[in-house]
Amino acid sequence: MAFIPHTPDDVRTMLAAIGVGTIEQLFEEIPATLRAGELTGIPPAASEMEIGRLMSDRAAADGCPLNFIGAGAYEHHIPAAVWAITTRGEIYSAYTPYQAEASQGTLQTIYEYQTMIASLTGMQVSNASLYDGASALAEACLMAVRAHRRSKSARILMPRAVNPTYRRCASAIAGNQQLSFEEVAFDPASGQTPLDALRRYEGEDVTALVIQQPNFFGVLEEVDALADWGQRHGALLIAVVNPTSLALLKPPGEWGERGVDIVVGEGQPLGVPLAGGGPYFGFMTTRMEHVRQMPGRIVGRTVDLDGRPGYTLTLQAREQHIRRSKATSNICTNQGLLMSAATIYLSLMGPRGLELAASASMARTAELVAALDKAAGLRPVFSGPRFHEALVRLDRPACVVLDEFARRGIAGGFDVARDYPELGHALLVCATETKTDADIATYAATIADILRAPRAA
Amino acid sequence: MTTSASAPAAAEPTIFELSRPGRTAQAQLAPELAAHVPHALRRRQPPLLPEVSELQAVRHYTRLSQMNFSIDTHFYPLGSCTMKYNPRGCNQYAMLPGFLAHHPLAHESLSQGFMACLFELQEMLKDVTGMRAVSLTPMAGAQGEFAGVAMIRAYHRSRGDLARTEIIVPEAAHGTNPATATMCGMKVIEIPCNAEGDCDLKALKRVVGPATAGIMLTNPSTLGVFERTIGAIATLVHDAGGLLYYDGANLNAILGKVRPGDMRFDVIHMNLHKTFSTPHGGGGPGAGAIGVGERLRPFIPVPVVARDGERYRWLDERDVPQSIGRLSGFMGNAGVLLRAYIYMRMVGRDGMGRIGEYATLNANYLLARLRQAGFDAAYPTRRATHEFILTMKRQARDLGVTAMDFAKRLLDFGYHAPTTYFPLLVPECLLIEPTETEALETLDGFVDALIAIQREAEVDAAHVKGAPYTLPVRRLDDVRAAKQLDLTWKPPA
Repeated sequence: MAFIPHTPDDVRTMLAAIGVGTIEQLFEEIPATLRAGELTGIPPAASEMEIGRLMSDRAAADGCPLNFIGAGAYEHHIPAAVWAITTRGEIYSAYTPYQAEASQGTLQTIYEYQTMIASLTGMQVSNASLYDGASALAEACLMAVRAHRRSKSARILMPRAVNPTYRRCASAIAGNQQLSFEEVAFDPASGQTPLDALRRYEGEDVTALVIQQPNFFGVLEEVDALADWGQRHGALLIAVVNPTSLALLKPPGEWGERGVDIVVGEGQPLGVPLAGGGPYFGFMTTRMEHVRQMPGRIVGRTVDLDGRPGYTLTLQAREQHIRRSKATSNICTNQGLLMSAATIYLSLMGPRGLELAASASMARTAELVAALDKAAGLRPVFSGPRFHEALVRLDRPACVVLDEFARRGIAGGFDVARDYPELGHALLVCATETKTDADIATYAATIADILRAPRAA
Repeated sequence: MTTSASAPAAAEPTIFELSRPGRTAQAQLAPELAAHVPHALRRRQPPLLPEVSELQAVRHYTRLSQMNFSIDTHFYPLGSCTMKYNPRGCNQYAMLPGFLAHHPLAHESLSQGFMACLFELQEMLKDVTGMRAVSLTPMAGAQGEFAGVAMIRAYHRSRGDLARTEIIVPEAAHGTNPATATMCGMKVIEIPCNAEGDCDLKALKRVVGPATAGIMLTNPSTLGVFERTIGAIATLVHDAGGLLYYDGANLNAILGKVRPGDMRFDVIHMNLHKTFSTPHGGGGPGAGAIGVGERLRPFIPVPVVARDGERYRWLDERDVPQSIGRLSGFMGNAGVLLRAYIYMRMVGRDGMGRIGEYATLNANYLLARLRQAGFDAAYPTRRATHEFILTMKRQARDLGVTAMDFAKRLLDFGYHAPTTYFPLLVPECLLIEPTETEALETLDGFVDALIAIQREAEVDAAHVKGAPYTLPVRRLDDVRAAKQLDLTWKPPA
């Protein structure tokens, strides 16, 4: 019996103590008509060796392609120590730190995480993480509606240049509470969200303006101007940021004259592997004045009976297990394991290491853009400044090019046609610090070769 | 009280206190390549990140980990959380390089191995729950609940039945149930349970009607007993036009024995981190896959994996046009799903039923021994399911020793505390869930510890109330934590 330790003697001893003859008797309160038959859809048990072989074969079949896809999940070097420590049983197999005295390791890690993320984003307070970047944006929109008491419209301005999946996720999660999302156009030349697109909302009740930096196209927005517009027109500001980029870029807490109100983002670039899309973690920071509207766990430092410093979950009156239907969110868990990995990652990188990873990624993408021009005459779609991702124009549908890349074992980029049909044939590509000169040369030569084939009629 | 120079030091300083300007983990540095950030967008002050060596970071976080209780180190009978052994093989094979390097937006032809696992997981979950379709995308139980209620809402709206705005929830329900209903724009109607722990059918009859969107139930309930009236509840709610939601928090109790679909539930979420043994990770990641019956099938969240002949492909909004949409940036907590898949394959068809059986055996054995030792069961006439409730009402009244005091003292004996003060309607309660992976000797040791604490409470209550004594900190000042908020470390002035 896999993972069940009982010997026949144990079972006899236990049944005797209970005073029944068989295990089956323990289920006597369940009506017989409800009892399940054989589970024909589940294969017989496999040993660890057998399942190990199957998984190894399947992982090998998917290979480890040379990857140039970003679009919200980014391949960075992860120091070996990060997951060596994170998978220690004391971290991996613990649960939410309800018993603070027996969970000081997890609690102190969260406190350190909150400190690092708050500083990275330039804000005062952080929670202990949310599920992922997309759902964190949904939570931020709901939080903005709670926090902005003067605004009655529950209307959120959402630039079209924000990650399309984040936008879908925000409407799926927050849409049930009568929030309305209004799309703000981007400038077709620069790829930035222009102030002009916001003018029509002047004088109207706007609850919040979302600003993604860099935006989905990898383009850097003019965040100061956008933030100042929001502040002038009474909207709260929600920033969606890439955490790696913040080693180089002005943190949202300093955008415009006053900084933003809520910052969220995808934490995956901080030491979390791509892993098919998860588990990742979302981060969220805010101003102290909004802390009681923030969803998720929060850890505070306090003292014990002897005056010794210690850590505990705090402000729990916001949460579902206390407030039930009046809670700020239904969220209970954070993404503790990933938050731990990120804290260790940031400790190993330090301010210098994160800055080097960010600038090398930005430089590698610039080199990739230059190489694509040189090898295949491909040009960026947008003129705005970029971080570590670029949208390049193609002469044929990107999906056709990506099929061919896949045949050659390369994850060649992301096709934006479905989300942005107005952009025509275009491919979103990303090169991080993990890419070498040779990788970039291989990519450029491959796409040049693919594009040499005549276009299908 | 303020911390003075003579106050005891922290067991481990923060990583920031280990930091020295200019120190780096040199081997981790990327090459120095020039990047041209426009002047107006540049960061002026570096972030407050530690400057430490690799060894310092490794030692610091290893030491912190050693301050935790965990399943790998301690018996962890946390009721309603199913803290069973997380097999190491599940972790190792989910972390193969081919899976870790896999970009979520990679071409389907480079994703077939990964997608085969997810498809087979969907099929196995359908079978073990008796549902017609499964979506794996919800990232935790609470998000699975959200998906479930959102689908119920979408179903009624698709029929033009806009009056159904109420979700019925028993008062013993997990806090996530009412919080979820609110997030879905629903009104919460709470109904009581009777003295034997079953749902109060008369109260239910009074509240069901044309405004009922659905009812959210956990079965076995949070009171640690099987909801015997489930058949009557299903008929009442269905006849009124509502749907039944199954909160899978306690699925471990009946795994392989009873299927929620056979109890006529229309939608269920499963906590893969409970029933299917994926790690809790210090509070996540979870995974809250949902299963639905025929009526809710058109509304399931995307993406899901489909099989066309020998190939797997993603179904998205184009394939499921009435879907409630996307709940995550990509494919939910994919790595957690792989771990659950590996676990289910190792347990296999016959092993599923044994999980329910041995989880129930362990709980009933613990309950029997504790009652023999003089402890009070909250529902003495009922069989325990995979968990049960003790009430310390008598000890609190006679000795001044509360359920919390017992919980804290257990930590000194090397046992993680059971869930305390949940469900809210049982006074001074300990909700105890041993799970099937614990051996008889461990259960006996836990009983002995509770007996020893009871004796201590009778002769020296103050000692029990001062516990714990053997951990890095004693009881913490929660009031101070909430009043004098200290949520980030600040450099000394």
